[in-house]
Amino acid sequence: MSKKVLDLLQAKFGDKIVETHSQFGDDTAVVVPEAWRDVALFLRDEPRCAMNMFTDLTAVDYLEREPRFEVVCHLRSLDRGHRIRIKTRIGDENGESMELPSLAPVWRGANWFERECFDMFGVKFVGHPDLRRILMYEEFQGHPLRKDYPAQQAQPLVEYREGNFDKLAPFGDDEGMPFGRQTHDYRDTEAN
Amino acid sequence: MEPLDEELEESALELPSEPMQLNMGPSHPAMHGTVRIVLELSGETITKADVQIGYLHRGFEKMCERGTWTQCFPYVDRLNYVSPMLNNVGFALAVEKMLGVTVPERCQYYRVILGELARICDHLVCNSAMAMELGAFTPFLYGARAREIIWDIFEEETGARVTHSFGRVGGMASPPTADFKGMVRSGLPRVLAMVGEIEALLLKNRIFLDRVEGVGKMSKEDALAMGWTGPTLRSTGAAYDVRRAHPYLVYDRLEFDVPVGTTGDNYDRFMCRQGEIRESARIIEQALDQMPDSGPINIDDARVVLPPKEEVYTTIEGTIQHFKIVMEGIKVPAGECYSYTEAGNGELGFYLVSDGSGTPYRVRIRPPCFASVQGLQQLILGRMIPDVVPTFGSMNMIGGECDH
Repeated sequence: MSKKVLDLLQAKFGDKIVETHSQFGDDTAVVVPEAWRDVALFLRDEPRCAMNMFTDLTAVDYLEREPRFEVVCHLRSLDRGHRIRIKTRIGDENGESMELPSLAPVWRGANWFERECFDMFGVKFVGHPDLRRILMYEEFQGHPLRKDYPAQQAQPLVEYREGNFDKLAPFGDDEGMPFGRQTHDYRDTEAN
Repeated sequence: MEPLDEELEESALELPSEPMQLNMGPSHPAMHGTVRIVLELSGETITKADVQIGYLHRGFEKMCERGTWTQCFPYVDRLNYVSPMLNNVGFALAVEKMLGVTVPERCQYYRVILGELARICDHLVCNSAMAMELGAFTPFLYGARAREIIWDIFEEETGARVTHSFGRVGGMASPPTADFKGMVRSGLPRVLAMVGEIEALLLKNRIFLDRVEGVGKMSKEDALAMGWTGPTLRSTGAAYDVRRAHPYLVYDRLEFDVPVGTTGDNYDRFMCRQGEIRESARIIEQALDQMPDSGPINIDDARVVLPPKEEVYTTIEGTIQHFKIVMEGIKVPAGECYSYTEAGNGELGFYLVSDGSGTPYRVRIRPPCFASVQGLQQLILGRMIPDVVPTFGSMNMIGGECDH
């Protein structure tokens, strides 16, 4: 059924779709990294796709391949009931040049999944609102799910941390209370 | 969401104040699960929140890359340790999808029944723990007693109460015991009676209702974009249940309803879970009637399933077959596959990559409550600290699953 989605994608993006396949019944499209967000937006907004359920985002490290990493995203449409997997390939053999446009502006649910992907593989999502480590701690060195990260790898001791909330929770301007509210802050009262 | 002190005059608020920062967790008596929430408060109202997870990270995905496919089962048990059977079955189905095999009908029913029992456990624990955190201790004890009945069945079937490691690729570790159906038939009404008592204690209780009704609302669109699935998504009104939308095992032969909510608040999430317990019981009753009493449990494929022990010790074929599977692992065709089932918290997905050898190249779990907990920040902003407790409770965060 979602074969149609693959056809739509190919008609719309042409050679930006590197390849498609339907192995084990999962329809998959491999896209170039530059078109990553455009493809996502198209899949979300095109009524024939209507992929409004963000399901999963992760990466796979193919150590011997070039580009080395594959970022994999699974989507589903609630109304149409079809699924699709989109993939893109990034990164060189040293695990550098790992930039990829973030999908967090497209689906808000991508936020934590991209943080996890950054944490585990070091994929840098450009345009992500808050790209911090999520499962590992801040001082952790390396990216544990990379194939060249040994499972027995020891980590350096972390110095005792002073309680510093600012550092732990960087809130942007757009975060915080979602409604207008009387402020108690001097700066705001002076500005008025 | 409306300001809480709208009617206060400005002159009454002249006292200068700094926002207060409060650290809830990582280990907080009123919250189950190890999670840390950094809150910024204005008075008692939460203005900013940052939910920090990862305290239970054990490198599940890395560990899976080091053993055979079968050796992943104990790990998946410990993801959602409240309903391990659902994870077992989910992982087994994912590998079977890659192998292109289908388990015998008797095993499919067996998996459905055990899975639904585990789902009842999962929902019972979530709902009764949520009630306990609001001060209602008795429902929790009732819930624990009901869960004990189900655990007795599991113990009889699998030999373990919690982490069973009972699933196998191509079947189950052992066939149902002789009295399996009888045990479930006699246990289920007792569980449902307890569920009824829990409801009777809570649903007319003013304290409970005040703290859950209208608290932690989520819209359907937001929930979808957040990646919510399972009871949390259904409470917002989107009737998405993997068992109904993409039936696996024998769910297409069983009749059941998908309970949905309307507003997506804590009350709806609580009631969705209560409804699902009853639907699970309905499924189990039908499956018990339809399940064949005899027949094979495992598929007949020497490359996938271990031979019976007496064959291993008496025939050379059995010995070699056993040796190959244990030492080299099941050879799964190269490729990638995403398989999804309905676990206690929603869509439990496994994205598997195989290079054709007996060891997984990559095992990715898509934990349903990872997405749910992600939405917690939005739910508690603008609310008060006491609202965090039931809202967090209704997310049913399972640390092992959320933190991988």
